[in-house]
Amino acid sequence: MAEPTEQRVSKPQRFIVGRPSSIPEGGHVLVTAGGHEIGVYRFGGRFYGLLNRCPHLAGPLCKGQVVTEVFSPMPGDVRGNPDRAFVTCPWHNWEFDIKTGQSYWNPKLRVRPFPVGVEGAEALTAAVERGDTERVPGPYTAETVPIEIEDEYLVVSLRAVPAIRLEPAP
Amino acid sequence: MTTALLEDMTREQFWSGSVIDCDVHAVVPSLDTLFPYQDKVWVDAARERGFRGPAGLALTYPPALATTARPEWRPADGTVPASDLSQLRRDILDPWRVDRAILNCYYAIDSLRHPDWAIVMARSVNDWIIDQWLNKDDRLVASLVIPARDPAAAAAEIDRIGGHPGFVQVLLPVRSERLYGQRVFWPLFEAIERNGLVAGLHWGGLAEHGPTPTGYASWYVEEYAEESQVFGAQLTSMIVEGLFQKFPELRVSILEGGFTWLPTWAWNLNKKWKGLRREFPWVDRLPSEIIRDHFRFSIAPADMGPPDQMKRLLGWLGTEDLLMYASDYPHLHTDDLSVLLGLMSDTMQTNVMAETARRWYRL
Repeated sequence: MAEPTEQRVSKPQRFIVGRPSSIPEGGHVLVTAGGHEIGVYRFGGRFYGLLNRCPHLAGPLCKGQVVTEVFSPMPGDVRGNPDRAFVTCPWHNWEFDIKTGQSYWNPKLRVRPFPVGVEGAEALTAAVERGDTERVPGPYTAETVPIEIEDEYLVVSLRAVPAIRLEPAP
Repeated sequence: MTTALLEDMTREQFWSGSVIDCDVHAVVPSLDTLFPYQDKVWVDAARERGFRGPAGLALTYPPALATTARPEWRPADGTVPASDLSQLRRDILDPWRVDRAILNCYYAIDSLRHPDWAIVMARSVNDWIIDQWLNKDDRLVASLVIPARDPAAAAAEIDRIGGHPGFVQVLLPVRSERLYGQRVFWPLFEAIERNGLVAGLHWGGLAEHGPTPTGYASWYVEEYAEESQVFGAQLTSMIVEGLFQKFPELRVSILEGGFTWLPTWAWNLNKKWKGLRREFPWVDRLPSEIIRDHFRFSIAPADMGPPDQMKRLLGWLGTEDLLMYASDYPHLHTDDLSVLLGLMSDTMQTNVMAETARRWYRL
């Protein structure tokens, strides 16, 4: 249950992981950035990053289904909220809020979320030259090469996030 | 020692505080006993047919077995055990100096398929309980019985008699035609809640259905040992179907169902809920929390294991306010309850012997 080795640096580590057009609405990709496997999700036109590690038993969370919220005030009255989505772990089907990483049934339990931004090529070019931003190896390297052209890129930021207390799994 | 008989021990030595016995039985000695409480057309119908009463009774409680009535509690003159108040006073109410005892009469009415006769039987048993038991001893409160196959008729009987101050509970045979959580039973539970009563799931029911979750067993011992699975199935159904979201005031007692199976059953339910809750999204919290809020358990039978292991199991219940003392008179149980009490904190002992039942049944 050891955390992946994590480099806590003073400035955020940023990684170019792909283009927005490479992830369809409702879809996701799995990328490796800074030693972390991160699922990058597109939901409701926005992008979210979650560590591919379930806080329950370290299952490959991002291999699981993405589902929208179902709730019910009373048996026989089932309602859906298409604006809230969960990633479900393939091992035990626990649901984690795609935006915050919080577990549905135990809000104290949270998957580590990572900010995913969409940034323009021009700013990124400068950032890459300064060494603030890296390109991730893999299929997106090719896409990030012509960074000078007018386009947008997905950038995962491995900034230090507020301390998360991981509860032992009951 | 055999606790219920107070062998080798006085009541004070066993327990010096209050006692509420949450499961003592009244046994209908014969159908004739109920004739004064039935319309003549049904009395005549029974006589025309030679009908002697619901057939399920002898299957649920084989008359000669000690589990039906222990030898010490069988009257020498051949009177049916637990069939009149004098026996109950002599064996339980007086020696145990109970504050209150909750009288349960299982007459296997659910084994009758005749829809009208089932209603007549339930009404007459309830009127007999009032007349021959509740009206004669202030220490007694009771469960009312219902035609359990017919939720609408059951609700009507609950509304007819459930307002009587002596009735605190509706007796539901644990083996039912369908699982009690299902929506077809909503009128029944609505009536229970409306009348401020407890639903008492109790051993017995539907003799023509297999007594185990998967059919008939060869021997009575199997049926006796396996019924806890049926209690578990009913508890699961009630939780998963959302009965406690629909009826938030509903209280359910598990009587003669044991409790040692509960912790592992609840662990399993909690685990399933965490992963499968989308299938029944009205259940918005852990099943174990629902159990603590909506269920209580009698401790007859206690199904005791070794004391050190029982102590651990009591801790697994996660609350000291769940178990209720019962003699289950006149049925035989051989658990040494002084050992069981010795494993509990002072608070839990007080709760078990009286206070949990006093609060639960609002006595």
